[in-house]
Amino acid sequence: MIVATQTATKGANVELLLVQALSGLASAASLFLVASGLSIIFGVTRIVNFAHGAFYMLGAYMAYTLTSRFAGPLGFWGGLVVASLIVAALGALMEMVLLRRIYQAPELFQLLATFGVTLMVQDLVVLIWGPDDLMGPRAPGFTGAFELFGRRIPSYDALLIVLGPLVLGLLWLLFHRTRWGVLVRAATQDRDMVACLGVNQKWLFTSVFALGVFLAALGGALQIPRTTVTHAMDLSIIVEVFVVVVIGGLGSVTGAFFAAVLVSELNALGILVLPKISLIAVFLVMAVVLVVRPFGLLGKPERAPRAAAGLSFRPWKPMTQIERIGVALIVAMAALLPLFAGDYTLSVGSEILVFVLFASSLHFMMTVGGLASFGHAAYFGLGAYGAAFAVKFLGAPMGVALLIGPLFGMLGAIVSGWFCVRLTGVYFAMLTLAFAQIIWSVTFQWVEVTGGDNGLLGIWPARWASSPQGFFWLTLGIAVVGVALLRMLVFSPFGFGLRAARDSTLRADAIGINRKSVQWAAFVVSGTFAGLAGALFAFLKGSVFPDSLAIPISVDGLVMVLLGGIETVSGAVVGAIVYKALAIWLMSQTDLSKLILGAIIVLLVVASPKGIVGFIEHIRHRRPRTPTGADVPDSLGINMKAAE
Amino acid sequence: MKLEVAGLNSFYGRAHILFDVALEVGKGEVVALLGRNGAGKSTTFRSVVGLVSGRSGQVKFEGEDISRLPSYEIVRRGLGYVPEDRRIFTDLTVEENFEVGRQKPREGVAAWSQDRIYTLFPNLGEMRKRLGGEMSGGEQQMLSIGRTLMGNPSLVLLDEPSEGLAPKIVEQMADAILAMKREGLSIVISEQNLHFAKLICDRAYIIEKGRMRFSGTIAELEAHPEVRDAYLAV
Repeated sequence: MIVATQTATKGANVELLLVQALSGLASAASLFLVASGLSIIFGVTRIVNFAHGAFYMLGAYMAYTLTSRFAGPLGFWGGLVVASLIVAALGALMEMVLLRRIYQAPELFQLLATFGVTLMVQDLVVLIWGPDDLMGPRAPGFTGAFELFGRRIPSYDALLIVLGPLVLGLLWLLFHRTRWGVLVRAATQDRDMVACLGVNQKWLFTSVFALGVFLAALGGALQIPRTTVTHAMDLSIIVEVFVVVVIGGLGSVTGAFFAAVLVSELNALGILVLPKISLIAVFLVMAVVLVVRPFGLLGKPERAPRAAAGLSFRPWKPMTQIERIGVALIVAMAALLPLFAGDYTLSVGSEILVFVLFASSLHFMMTVGGLASFGHAAYFGLGAYGAAFAVKFLGAPMGVALLIGPLFGMLGAIVSGWFCVRLTGVYFAMLTLAFAQIIWSVTFQWVEVTGGDNGLLGIWPARWASSPQGFFWLTLGIAVVGVALLRMLVFSPFGFGLRAARDSTLRADAIGINRKSVQWAAFVVSGTFAGLAGALFAFLKGSVFPDSLAIPISVDGLVMVLLGGIETVSGAVVGAIVYKALAIWLMSQTDLSKLILGAIIVLLVVASPKGIVGFIEHIRHRRPRTPTGADVPDSLGINMKAAE
Repeated sequence: MKLEVAGLNSFYGRAHILFDVALEVGKGEVVALLGRNGAGKSTTFRSVVGLVSGRSGQVKFEGEDISRLPSYEIVRRGLGYVPEDRRIFTDLTVEENFEVGRQKPREGVAAWSQDRIYTLFPNLGEMRKRLGGEMSGGEQQMLSIGRTLMGNPSLVLLDEPSEGLAPKIVEQMADAILAMKREGLSIVISEQNLHFAKLICDRAYIIEKGRMRFSGTIAELEAHPEVRDAYLAV
């Protein structure tokens, strides 16, 4: 097609542009449906439903099953609607069983819980429908095409082009002409006040959630005549949807519509201009929008976000002498491990240590900086590729490559951090994820340099570190120094300033701390250490693949931090050891590791928001209850309004 | 008794805010809850409508214990609440704000409609399609009260209705509250402004540092200027 464009006349170019634009409009319909659902849910429940992509995928699979079984127009169109209704019911179930328990928890936990559900759905889909791509039936009555400028446009596309604005109109009527819609709009603004006027929020939330999921599932179901149904369609749509709602403004349905059109058009036309890296165009537009309007085109500024991290009532203290001796003993014991452990244990041990460093870097940013990154794998992967480039293209020895890796992580963090720290809370998390996905897709597509899917092979450590024993010691040394440095930063003036900016931007501002620059610095520090971990990882595996930048690594980091305890100084160390050991063991035991992992994440969020170390500290510092004997809820209350 | 509060203790996190607060309101009575800024007036109201999660003690509405009910249940029983900062839905029109507050008519209680509220607050009748965010402070206060009335309450908690309003609007507000009283509504008003309370209230409580310091009629309060000086004067 691209070759054809180059040889075609100018007139044909314009026609091609037009045809591409129409195809973009058709793609926009599904994207809008999914994005508006996400936006509506967020508006009322304040939950960014990561599982939205999973519901989109389920909608497609369910529609595939129903439309294959029931033929004819009624079977097809009825199948789409019924499939979406079934998925909406599943969504409502998830809201009632899971989300209702965690509405009071910090946003991060909610995002993580829905993340866990996404993981579970991925395995379940393969379990139910198998791993192969599925081809659904075509839409009865819309199988043909019509001619435009001598080019054929599928009539199904035309249907979708009409459908987008139609759904927008219907949603507008629903929100402005029904009592339910008015209640939803009121709750979007102030849900506590709505409860104070006698409205049962529970059912309002459930119904909103069901509607949002219905839209996502319908978006997926409508795709079956256009594309194959695959079990990877959830992650590909969710990133695009995040980009759409960030551009359009979270909570705005109209914003989602315009942003969906914009993104789809950029994709459709970008392919003609920059065929390999069309995502860049979308990303550039998003960056510009966020700099000019941090809350999106039609979004409204957020009210003060709840702290992204948990509320810590126990002040952090540097370690006591005894604790230091204890840690030194543990490190010494770890250093003795190579004397008796086997090679497999040592390579697992090295991998765990790499992730200790990675999780600690994320932990620093999240708990000290209050910046919950959902795309931390980007800097890990940049570090890995940086080290690999140094070896492959410069022939650099391991020592140099281990410096170049973190440098890559740092540079990546400098660029994306500059954009990200302009935002806070959920917007921040979504933007970090978008950045990570963009870096991932560049790596994936830029085959000449990165080797694409085949990765870069032959990244071996120096001779002295090539044995499992030697590499374990190297990793241990670097991880210990890295974690110690990060910990020292927490108790440095920089760390105090960072914590001040996290706890109250306004007050930090008033004493001369610039939130953005302090957080940007923290972002860069964190990215550098993640890059160091990534560089080690490259040498550990002897190769790098785009996987090292992908979403699962980011999620792993988040789970480690949360498992260790978000209110602690160094909980990530424990979280990384427990989680990585568990994950490696699970992988060796079962094919359904994502299902089990997802379930563990969900249970973790519901059962123990304080994490392992947080739980231990809680017991260690347990104090007698307040003398009045009243049951004081510990934290997480949203009613923490200034007392009067 | 319409509302009986006894032994109410409230907490924000670990901070103990209210200490054994007691309060009674009879049917059709207008009672003032007086106190300085930070004395615990709003916390008392918020505790009664179930917005403070850390609390203990007894709250009875029409003889039934409501202390364990969620806010929306309490409000549905006819206990209306107008918060201190008005909490108008700024993206909704006047009519839509009223729609959010609308509840079914209640037996033995004056039933409110939008038209009746426009008679109570004629200003609002002229701006039915205006967004809540585009209204003055006084108009927002009226809208907030009207919105709560749409739930057909038999008792209303009004948190500092005169705060930050021009004197002329305060007078209008006093008239409206007296009109509500004539409809048979029980009303509790929290106030720092003794003058405003004297215009409309039968009885008064004084709260300070989370404890009740005085309870009596307005006349009794007038007879004890030292009480006023100790707990109210600046």
